[in-house]
Amino acid sequence: MAKRIDVSDLNIYYGSFLAVADVSMTIEPRTVTALIGPSGCGKSTFLRTLNRMHEVIPGARAEGKVVMDGVDMYASDVDPVAVRRHVGMVFQRPNPFPTMSIAENVLAGVRLNNKRISKGDAQDLVERSLQGANLWNEVKDRLDRPGSGLSGGQQQRLCIARAIAVRPQVLLMDEPCSALDPISTLAIEDLIAELKNDYTIVIVTHNMQQAARVSDRTGFFNIAGTGKPGRLIEIDDTTTIFSSPHEQATEDYISGRFG
Amino acid sequence: MSLTPTRRPEGAEPSLTPAESMTHGRASLANRAFARLSTASGVTILALLAAVTVFLVIEALPAVTTSPAELAERISWFPETGGILGYVGPLVFGTLLAALIALLIGTPLAIGIALFISHYAPRRLAQGLGYLVDLLAAIPSVVYGLWGSLVLAPRIVPVQDLLAQYLGWFPLFDGPAAQPARTVFTVGVVLAVMILPIITAVCREVFLQTPRLHEEAALALGATRLEVIRTAVLPFARSGIISAAMLGLGRALGETMAVLMILSPGFAYSFALLQAGQHQTIAANIANQFPEANTAGVSTLIATGLVLFVITLAVNMLARWVVSRRADFSGAN
Amino acid sequence: MATLQTPAPPAAGDEELRRQLTGAGLEPRRKRADRAMTVVVALAFALALVPLVSVTWTVLSRGLERFDLYFLTVSMRGVFGGMDAGGIYHAILGTLLITLFATLISVPIGLLCAIYLVEYGRGRLAKAVTFFVDVMTGIPSIVAGLFAYALFALVFGPGVRLGIAGSVALSVLMIPVVVRSCEEMLRLVPNELREASYALGVPKYLTILKVVLRTAIAGIATGVMLAVARVIGETAPLLIVAGTIDSINTNVFDGRMMTLPVYIFGQYRQGNVSCVAGAADCIPTINFDRAWAAALTLILIVMALNLLARLIARFFAPKAGR
Repeated sequence: MAKRIDVSDLNIYYGSFLAVADVSMTIEPRTVTALIGPSGCGKSTFLRTLNRMHEVIPGARAEGKVVMDGVDMYASDVDPVAVRRHVGMVFQRPNPFPTMSIAENVLAGVRLNNKRISKGDAQDLVERSLQGANLWNEVKDRLDRPGSGLSGGQQQRLCIARAIAVRPQVLLMDEPCSALDPISTLAIEDLIAELKNDYTIVIVTHNMQQAARVSDRTGFFNIAGTGKPGRLIEIDDTTTIFSSPHEQATEDYISGRFG
Repeated sequence: MSLTPTRRPEGAEPSLTPAESMTHGRASLANRAFARLSTASGVTILALLAAVTVFLVIEALPAVTTSPAELAERISWFPETGGILGYVGPLVFGTLLAALIALLIGTPLAIGIALFISHYAPRRLAQGLGYLVDLLAAIPSVVYGLWGSLVLAPRIVPVQDLLAQYLGWFPLFDGPAAQPARTVFTVGVVLAVMILPIITAVCREVFLQTPRLHEEAALALGATRLEVIRTAVLPFARSGIISAAMLGLGRALGETMAVLMILSPGFAYSFALLQAGQHQTIAANIANQFPEANTAGVSTLIATGLVLFVITLAVNMLARWVVSRRADFSGAN
Repeated sequence: MATLQTPAPPAAGDEELRRQLTGAGLEPRRKRADRAMTVVVALAFALALVPLVSVTWTVLSRGLERFDLYFLTVSMRGVFGGMDAGGIYHAILGTLLITLFATLISVPIGLLCAIYLVEYGRGRLAKAVTFFVDVMTGIPSIVAGLFAYALFALVFGPGVRLGIAGSVALSVLMIPVVVRSCEEMLRLVPNELREASYALGVPKYLTILKVVLRTAIAGIATGVMLAVARVIGETAPLLIVAGTIDSINTNVFDGRMMTLPVYIFGQYRQGNVSCVAGAADCIPTINFDRAWAAALTLILIVMALNLLARLIARFFAPKAGR
């Protein structure tokens, strides 16, 4: 299931404004790659180009190459909608569909695409996805209740269950814990550790301890000043980044000297 | 725990290679079709407005091209002299007069009501009170006509008499006051009631948007409630009030039934508000003559309708322009 | 500003401070002005309630006299003079049918146009559409009637009177209202839900149909109901293009059609009946009585629609929660 993604010379623009410049990196399968950096450095923007979600914003475009197992995701005949079925995403704030029950939320990716699914298979998929998101035991007796009735942390795990129910190869997480309390954060972090057995995970986080705890590799983004584009400063094994980074800026950032 | 399934459920994403499954498919065709469809609906609105104009012009053309003498011969109510302009003139005058009276009565009242709801009434009551005013908008205009002519007109006679008696030296209130009061004054009062809800609603909205900081700044300086309103609320809301009044004016200009049922019509350029048989509005005149009109008559009436259309269009566009200017310049966000 | 001068600092003792803090220190002029404003504003509100109460009271008291099952279930066919007979069945039917067809025309166009503005609209076309929708809300109803007449006269020849022409006239008035309220409701749908759907690989049109519309449906239904309530009382355009008739017509595509508002106006216009002294079956005020009873019916329909709209909004809104 998990795939490798190769990014080379990626420039991201909003209109004529260059937001992120010249990013090249390789994202290894079945690992957790964390992206850290100060606010506004373009790490979320970069993350969204990995499943072409940035195209939702008018005027946003990317130049360069993003290759997933040999397929250029920006080739002219590639449909961004299909890309997103292979590269799932979890957002900063949990966003379950308010009109749907818990079970319907999990099935959303299937149902919204007008696909038929037998009742038994649907139940299977709901159970497996919720178990995959460590939520099954908490919600199994109220699957037909609205998803918005859950706590914040539960909602976020529901969103993860919803994302993995469409069986993506890659899972992107955009600060998935920033709106959650410490206990819920811990639950999500445990989940990430389990999910990496099956998925390639890329997580953007503000929290350096979190990056150190959950990730195998860490990329550091920085910005030279307002109006300047964000850049990838370095990417390496997490232990290396946090113990002996190559760049001075990285060391300054992780030791808390700015950002 | 492993998520790798031994058996893929039907309906889940089939395992195609990305190259196969990421290219454009049926969905993207439907996607474009839907985008086209909704864009077409947007264009339909523009087409509709253009159609309204074009059809009215086509039907009105005969009245403009035919000679006034011939029109007068073929239409019983067409004036012998003055032509089409001579016919529309008093109607435009009557329309503007009735709408202006409504505006003069309605706007201050609406501002007062809006202030009451936004700044004076207890918070818990405010919404309910606003709903009460909105109820005025739910009453159909034909019912206002019925009420205005059968209930209000007899009762407004003493007011008119008073005005004529004490303010009669002023041309507007030149007596003797008509009895029954089928006058443009009564019409103005009823129109004022009818446009109250729209003006109040817009004003209320604007008052509630007053930057909280400005209000608190005024309060912190020891201002009374009135002073807060004068220094923080009203200046901020000025263009909002103007556009609200314009919207109300647009409504009043086009109102038909209340005028038709209350006013005793006449074709004079007269400022005597309290006298009957002096005025008529474009809309009421059309509704009055149309059902019985012949081809030439219909064409003439449509021409007057076109004039009304242009007037209301101008008023509304002006109102929107004021609003959009305000959106650009107001510091509030 | 002169009135905002701070009062002189408390000169001596608690008494002075106390006097100032209780408001007694405020210059009397400022205090009076403030009080006067409160009274003026409250009076303005009370004044607005006068016509509301008066209209409601009159319609109820005068309308209830003839408002019964008989009145609601017969037409005016064969009714003349001061006969103690006749009802509004044909007018209710006409109003419902014409409004129904107006809704069938307006809602698809209005909703799709709102979707265009919220989900697709960029650049000059969207700006133009927004502007002209605003302009359209200001079209006088009589002009909408003239437009429908002009349109149908070109096809069917002069003097045309059709129920469907009335529907077209009402649509012109209804479409901008539907666009506005739908647009507002669609904008209330959080962008996060759209993104969640896109991230699941759902194409845009399915996202709109199944997530955005599904979330906003209660608000949209409410908006449509309110739009219907607004046009159902329209008189002038129907007077022009749907005409008047005393008997039942259930075909909007053929012939004149009576509607409630036009019926009210028609009865009002006929005025008092001069009865021959001693005539058995003659009520002088019969026409006014019927007009008031029909007005009561019309207002009840409008109120029912408003109530329904509010109920829909309350019960079908997405539940937030716990």
